[in-house]
Amino acid sequence: MTENLAVSIVEPTIYDLSSPGRTGVTFPAPDVPKAELPQGLLRSDLPLPELGEVDVVRHYTNLSTFNYNVDNGLYPLGSCTMKYNPKINEDTARLPGFAFAHPLQPVETVQGNLVLMYQLQEWLKEISGFAAVTLQPAAGAHGELTGVLIMHAYHNSRGDIKRKKMLIPDSAHGTNPASSSMSGLEVVQIPSDGRGNLDLAALKAACDETVVGLMLTNPNTLGLFDEHLEEAIQIVHTCGGLVYGDGANLNALLGIIRPGDMGFDLMHFNLHKTFSTPHGGGGPGSGPVGVSEKLADFLPSPIIGIVEEGQDDRLPLYGFLSPAKSIGRIKSFNGHFGMFVRAYTYIAMHGAEGLREIAEYAVLNANYIKARLNGKYAIPYDRTCMHEFVVEGQWAAAPGVRALDIAKRLMDYEFHPPTNYFPLIVHEALMIEPTETENKATLDAFADALIKIAEEAKTQPELLKEAPHKTPFGRMDEVKAARDLVLCCWLPEVNE
Amino acid sequence: MTFIPHAPKERDAMLKTIGVKSLEDLFKDIPEKHRFPNLHLPKALTEMEAAAELGELALGNENIRTDLVCFLGAGAYNHYIPAAVDHILRRSEFSTAYTPYQPEISQGTLQATFEYQSLIAALTGMEVSNASHYDGATAVAEAVNMAFAQFRGKRTKVVLSPAVNPQYRAVVRTYTQDMGLSIEGDDPSAKLAPDPQTLIPLINDNTALVILQYPDFFGRIYDFTALVEAAHSQGALVCIAANPIALGLLKTPGEMGADIVAGEGQPLGIPLSYGGPYLGFFATRKKYIHKMAGRLVGETVDNRSQRAYVLTLTAREQHIKRERATSNICSNQGLMALAAAIYLALLGPQGLRQVAELCYHKAHYAAEKIAEVPGYSPGFATPFFHEFTIHCPKPVAEINAHLLEHGFLGGYDLGQDYPGLKDQMLLAVTEMNTKEEIDALVDVLAEVAHD
Repeated sequence: MTENLAVSIVEPTIYDLSSPGRTGVTFPAPDVPKAELPQGLLRSDLPLPELGEVDVVRHYTNLSTFNYNVDNGLYPLGSCTMKYNPKINEDTARLPGFAFAHPLQPVETVQGNLVLMYQLQEWLKEISGFAAVTLQPAAGAHGELTGVLIMHAYHNSRGDIKRKKMLIPDSAHGTNPASSSMSGLEVVQIPSDGRGNLDLAALKAACDETVVGLMLTNPNTLGLFDEHLEEAIQIVHTCGGLVYGDGANLNALLGIIRPGDMGFDLMHFNLHKTFSTPHGGGGPGSGPVGVSEKLADFLPSPIIGIVEEGQDDRLPLYGFLSPAKSIGRIKSFNGHFGMFVRAYTYIAMHGAEGLREIAEYAVLNANYIKARLNGKYAIPYDRTCMHEFVVEGQWAAAPGVRALDIAKRLMDYEFHPPTNYFPLIVHEALMIEPTETENKATLDAFADALIKIAEEAKTQPELLKEAPHKTPFGRMDEVKAARDLVLCCWLPEVNE
Repeated sequence: MTFIPHAPKERDAMLKTIGVKSLEDLFKDIPEKHRFPNLHLPKALTEMEAAAELGELALGNENIRTDLVCFLGAGAYNHYIPAAVDHILRRSEFSTAYTPYQPEISQGTLQATFEYQSLIAALTGMEVSNASHYDGATAVAEAVNMAFAQFRGKRTKVVLSPAVNPQYRAVVRTYTQDMGLSIEGDDPSAKLAPDPQTLIPLINDNTALVILQYPDFFGRIYDFTALVEAAHSQGALVCIAANPIALGLLKTPGEMGADIVAGEGQPLGIPLSYGGPYLGFFATRKKYIHKMAGRLVGETVDNRSQRAYVLTLTAREQHIKRERATSNICSNQGLMALAAAIYLALLGPQGLRQVAELCYHKAHYAAEKIAEVPGYSPGFATPFFHEFTIHCPKPVAEINAHLLEHGFLGGYDLGQDYPGLKDQMLLAVTEMNTKEEIDALVDVLAEVAHD
């Protein structure tokens, strides 16, 4: 019974569905004389699948039903901020003036786009307390790389060329050390203390004249606001280092505090987290970077600015400016413009008060689930959390049950699991970020499910070990995937 | 307007459960002197007002659907996007899902990505493709990282053709500025020799990677086979940045022996959208897979013996390897890769070949007609695909201003990147341009030459 059902679920690949001679689109015949094709430079075959439009639409529609997504339920991935993505964003991003503008059009013909980008830069500056912003980076990690290059360039410009070390807390996202090493820097890990703060003694010991800076996520990946933040920043500044803020967790700080006011020198934003642009199954993101006054000259080129002041009867002309000591271009064209339209729409609809409410309710929701789970799950660093918190997915009374099993069992209760096994400093970590867009009923159902699973772990552990049971697919053989390395529907000819 | 669904009564009950009196009480860890800043932002808009404001901003642009006829390319191209592409992209099952780290409930994204990888491998003539990069420029920059890692940092030279898109070259330089690499060949003031073989003397046993573009930035097409062989004889890898539409017609970089084929996937069903989000594609040979950046989907089975897909070889990636990862990339262009997959599935070999041929024929018609106009002449005599350069009788900016008055978005001014190509314009023609539009362009070019 189960097996028959399972067979019917699997969707053939697009190549399985192909039948020679079909096509899903036809184009007009040429209205110009045909030119001679470059013989000797033509390809011999083009092994693409052949389907009609309806075949293609059904295939992807069928596939889509296998995806969990924000529109069908809570997506409590810690540090991912999987909030609801307003529908209006999708409409505004597709307005013809935005969607059908070529990136190299003369600036006079795209003033609407440039005003939008300029305004977004201004708003991000105001929200974060930084002096200047680039919109160019494509994602959070790309913003980090931009930031690391800026930090390095700043030191080099002062003749301070010995700085090669980046300090990174043990609770940091993996992108922080990876971005640093991509720029040839040595990564020095800084431990956390017993309350989940940065260990100040260790930080002090690591700080010397070879330090580029500190990359700090605040609130950190335990969901905690560092209680000695200003002191930590001071220590790094004293040795001549800069402090980079990983903006992944900015949702908790909107209208609550501005990283620039706290002494951060630069930070990236994740428009796809904080400002509601959809995650798209892994992208596109958008990772603008804000910097303090002294780093403004190092921003990637170009940034958007006023190139001709307006007069009484004339609007100012917006265009591109090149910062004086720019690290260069980090991406082609103008950044992920479609994401800027969405983020602009979102910020315009919130205003100052609305942004502060986002943070307040994100923090309320996280603390509420945390309170509901108290006593059922071990919660290391049990303080008031910000927008997320971390529990341990293990109990002495349920040996053999792991965080992974809890995550998979949650799927049977129709919830997406939290981030698991991160941060690395908590054993069997489950990192929960509900976001502000979930109501009390949803949060209660989620907490109820986790509490039920905690009981099941002790009474029927096999339910967890074999979960999920109710999803269209069961646990995967990941070893087979890595061993066989089938990465293509068809076997390409090896061309050696 | 906000998207917070709490009724006041529910909020109060939640605060009570937590054990605090107000929302403010949750923020006691925040230093008081900076707490609750007064943000100077415009008053919040309702959805209705926001729709109107954004509508106004969009009208502040001249778009290439209804306002301007586009003959501009230079790395981003105006192609027809079949309606079904966006209808599928708008499904929130795809657009609002996260990276498929939980394969049991993400098979839609995973299988679609697996198919994308297959389609890119087919198109480029390569063995494997990753799940995407940010854009063509960053995909090429990641090729440098890969080659550098392949030789464990022992080869420190990159030979970069000056005929590679100037923005790609700029991004490569930005990415690699702290890596201790030397980049050679990338001299825009050099004579842009008609023959790419002139790069061969630069390649030696310290060369990690040679970067070429196909068609090149000027639209020219060459068979790079001999150049690739010369690079291989020195042990160097070769990356060819390719236009995916051209690959519907032309010999693949894979056939020429390329080790990496990267490029801009925007032409595959992705709107111009003022520069992004686009799609960086990246394909290589299986033997280099452990040094490749980015996500990768592989086939497997689940515990019910169903064929299924998972992210694989994740030990290359930053969330596992941290500072020893092959790249820092995390978010990629998942939804844009889906767009490209849908586009290629819809067109199939017939449709893609048709688009490529239309581009080719129309561009050649335009080039021929323009060359007949007194004062204009072809920039290069080399075969080309759908872009070509023309010598102009006046500064390109002047000609473009005139074209704009007549509703044409003219070509790219090559003098801004290549001092030797002053007064030369790069024009792109696609299936979207009709014969009438081309003829009208030719008329205006003739007019401006006389003015």
